[in-house]
Amino acid sequence: MSKTLRILALVLALAAATTWLATGGNRGWTKTSVPVKTVDEITGLEAVSYDRRFVPGLDFLGAALLGASLLAGGSFLFRNKQTTT
Amino acid sequence: MTKTSITLLALTTLASIALAAPQNFDFKDPKGVNNAVFTLDAPLEAISGSANGISGTVIFDPQAPAATKGRIVIAAASLHVPNPLMKEHLHGEQWLDVAKHPEISFETKSLSNVKTAGDSTTADVTGTLTIKGVARQITAPVKFTYLKDKLGARTNGQMQGDLLVMRASFAIKRSDFRINPKASEEKVADTIDLTLSVAGAAPR
Repeated sequence: MSKTLRILALVLALAAATTWLATGGNRGWTKTSVPVKTVDEITGLEAVSYDRRFVPGLDFLGAALLGASLLAGGSFLFRNKQTTT
Repeated sequence: MTKTSITLLALTTLASIALAAPQNFDFKDPKGVNNAVFTLDAPLEAISGSANGISGTVIFDPQAPAATKGRIVIAAASLHVPNPLMKEHLHGEQWLDVAKHPEISFETKSLSNVKTAGDSTTADVTGTLTIKGVARQITAPVKFTYLKDKLGARTNGQMQGDLLVMRASFAIKRSDFRINPKASEEKVADTIDLTLSVAGAAPR
């Protein structure tokens, strides 16, 4: 059981870090939309619209690492069964 | 001959009066280009977003830009930031309280330092800015660009008329408008930088 929890913790931490890095390593808050700027040809004005996209931030990474730490910490509550020969 | 000349002269005079008359520009933009961008840059956190729910009318005379009058309205609920929780807070009671104060508006009072070069006019526009029910007089530098007969190009020929583009960048104080008054300036900057980029149409 303890080994399973530690593996789960490692998988969670690695998955979160990989996702965070793969999406650009956003050092701000998590975003669910990103601004897209286009220029109106006639007026020359820059329009701002938003595309729905999940961009994890440091809060996402922090929460995932906290969850992984809790799992890893919890693993010490379970003792491996002693086998006698 | 004399009668014809008088008629022609009268028509020319009427046409020139009509052309010089102030025009009513409607800033409700079906293309969704009109926007206001806001930025709060605090040491610990930067908040940036935009609003596109813009409407209002401006009376502008290219021959007498100093007489410009108008009111621009931003639907407070159209303010958007990329973080959903932050957006909820922004629309909430502490910040803009959009349920009670659905409009952010600016109404002109006077223009000063008016300079015109070609189609462009720059001026310091003084008016009343109302946010969260708090009205304050501010002065902002505004650039007006009058685009004669450009409405047709923007509507694929469906409407004919003129366009008026307005650009303004200025700063206001969050504390002046009771926006999240309890927030520390380390986390939420007191200075809000605003950039308004809007175009209005005067169909014929």
